[in-house]
Amino acid sequence: MLLQIAEPGQSAKPHQHKLAVGIDLGTTNSLLATVRSGQADTLPDLEGRHLLPSVVRYSAEAEPSVGFDARAEAADDPFNTIVSVKRLMGRGLDDVKRLGTELPYDFVESGVDAGMPYLKTAAGDKSPVQISADILKVLAQRGREALGDELVGAVITVPAYFDDAQRQATKDAAKLAGINVLRLLSEPTAAAVAYGLDHAAEGTFAVYDLGGGTFDISILQLNRGVFEVLATGGDSALGGDDFDHAIAEWVMLQLGLTELPREEQRRLFDLAREAKETLTDQNQTELSITLAGQSWQGVLTREQFNELVESKIKQTLRACRRALKDADVAIDDVNEVVMVGGSTRVPHVRTLVEGFFGNVPHSEIDPDRVVAIGAAIQADVLAGNKPDAEMLLLDVIPLSLGLETMGGLVEKVIDRNTPIPVARAQEFTTYKDGQTAMVIHVLQGERELVDNCRSLARFELRGIPPMAAGNAKVRVTFQVDADGLLGVAARELGSGVESAVEVKPSYGLADDEIARMIKESFSHAEEDHDARTLREQQVEAERLVEALEAALAADGERLLTAEDCAVLAQGIAQLKVIGSGTDHKTIAKGIEVLSAASDEFAARRMDDGIRRALAGHKINEI
Amino acid sequence: MAIEQNYFLLFDLPQHFTVDTALLSERYRSLQKELHPDRFAHQGEREQLRAVQATAHLNDAMATLKSPLKRAAYLLKLKGIDTDSSSITIADGKFLMQQMLLREQLEEIAGSATPMDELEALLEQVQISEAELKGLLATLVASDDRDELQQALEMLRKLQFFDKLRHEIELLEDQLADV
Repeated sequence: MLLQIAEPGQSAKPHQHKLAVGIDLGTTNSLLATVRSGQADTLPDLEGRHLLPSVVRYSAEAEPSVGFDARAEAADDPFNTIVSVKRLMGRGLDDVKRLGTELPYDFVESGVDAGMPYLKTAAGDKSPVQISADILKVLAQRGREALGDELVGAVITVPAYFDDAQRQATKDAAKLAGINVLRLLSEPTAAAVAYGLDHAAEGTFAVYDLGGGTFDISILQLNRGVFEVLATGGDSALGGDDFDHAIAEWVMLQLGLTELPREEQRRLFDLAREAKETLTDQNQTELSITLAGQSWQGVLTREQFNELVESKIKQTLRACRRALKDADVAIDDVNEVVMVGGSTRVPHVRTLVEGFFGNVPHSEIDPDRVVAIGAAIQADVLAGNKPDAEMLLLDVIPLSLGLETMGGLVEKVIDRNTPIPVARAQEFTTYKDGQTAMVIHVLQGERELVDNCRSLARFELRGIPPMAAGNAKVRVTFQVDADGLLGVAARELGSGVESAVEVKPSYGLADDEIARMIKESFSHAEEDHDARTLREQQVEAERLVEALEAALAADGERLLTAEDCAVLAQGIAQLKVIGSGTDHKTIAKGIEVLSAASDEFAARRMDDGIRRALAGHKINEI
Repeated sequence: MAIEQNYFLLFDLPQHFTVDTALLSERYRSLQKELHPDRFAHQGEREQLRAVQATAHLNDAMATLKSPLKRAAYLLKLKGIDTDSSSITIADGKFLMQQMLLREQLEEIAGSATPMDELEALLEQVQISEAELKGLLATLVASDDRDELQQALEMLRKLQFFDKLRHEIELLEDQLADV
């Protein structure tokens, strides 16, 4: 294999294949996949194992161990070995305490990020974001070693039902791991891509995705390469782990135990997981364990197990029904059902899902790997390796977004299952004479009361000119990007005065906090941080140059005067010179200048594209 | 901004209440293929931001033209009728009485012996009324006469009442199905 020589972090030269990966950051296991010679596949570690258990063990002296070794040690060192950290992503301390009985960790509140839980470990207090970053670092390293060069970027999958805080936490973890995120992609959508492209499918699909700790249902419409999500639903705290807990509770009942020392929980859960997996192929399993000094042996039949988990599975079917309704699709109109996630191996899940849809579900592609494979295909397209690809993914926002109004009520601004990107503005007014400030509380969820929704951000709009009540007009704009991430801005319209807005994420990390952690993660903090910023700016400059050169070559003559072409060509030449310099601020300025100069050209190209899209149609329609 | 602001022009569709929804979806997908941020992911941040704004606009346009109620409101707005004002009330006493009776009917269904069947019947009744109103609305909204447009607005308000009611019927259906 030939190695490409390039500076780390810099994009490869044009026309070269750009190395991009798809990452499935799962509750139980994580995977990495990439497209090579047109074929998407997962990448194994040096020992040929594709799955990486999402388990991190921290110790005082050494680097954290991640994966199989960490998982093997979990029972012996339960407090320092973090499993299922995905369940904690984007969660507040209160949510986490509710999961308390299921997770044996010591949680501490951090002084820096109010409300964000940190886990006490031998290596210090760790946030879920940091722990996830440690898993991602191992995967990124695996990618670099297998592909022989730096990665341009990654598509990272998240449960479709992840809210804004959970998505933001995932993106922060990637940033912390030094990974450029090309896109956050919904897991069921990723699975649909892998499956749909493989089978050249068209029509209406349901993707049923039951993972270790999350459940998603997505209803998609496939039409000539366009994957359009019509509706999505689910539960971001329901998965195969719950099946394990149901078995564990059953075992405790047999032993007459109501409580268990935390040190012993992990062993019981391991036993439960093994029993669950055995019952996939066998009708019964023998169990034996010593807990709280008591030895016990027993048999669990598949029938008993089915009974234990039936209510959980039915919970998923209720979500399926709601999603179908939101999509305005009748059950009979679903052409195919695709099963994703390791927990869909449980036979009773398959039986009930088949009964619900009246359709034998597909699982030809390994349900553990299908999500990573779909993400890799999308990463390949986003990196620019397939300029003529027809494929396009259109996703939706899974949960409604709203604002707190008087009386602790939530007023919805964007409804769930609205296609993204989306921007909406809402106007508010003051309710007191001379009021100069307004608190804006952003929430996500379907319920009417603030207390029942997830608080995403709370900020204060200051500097409203004093006016009589009801005269000030404050416009709050929500913008959700293609990653499903929310940005909020507010400004006072009546006076034309724009006011400062400070957004403090309720559970996430503030931007400077991420910057601090990135700095800390380098041994030579300051220089490395600057070097990194410089590389980032250089990459951005190269991207702009490359894109503009391609655009000029394609449309320059047609859409611009010779003079304008020359101006842009000169600008490109200038940025190339600036870009080879070492001052990141100068490069940033250069990017800004050339971007502004090419704005009009970009606008004309967009118009042209729209005309072409519609004209192409008229020919098709004839 | 460079993108076409008028939703009908954006999709190159006639400015009518009746819309060919298959054609609308087809053109939506074609435009997405041109404008979506994924098409610009390997380019600069500015390109991506522009794409986010363009597709947000496209998605708004699609949501507006796809829904008959939103489409009607948009047509009225294009003709200079203020549809935002919540001060417009319905003076039609007979209509309001009918709404009250329908709502009472809905409340009683929850406790009845065969709620699903009764919900079906109620839903059918609502759909018949809606179809009738939509027919009237389609004619009125095409007019250039201010009075007729005001009448169209009233039809729209009435349809919004029915829309809410239908939503509540569906909610109850959900609850009954969950038990």
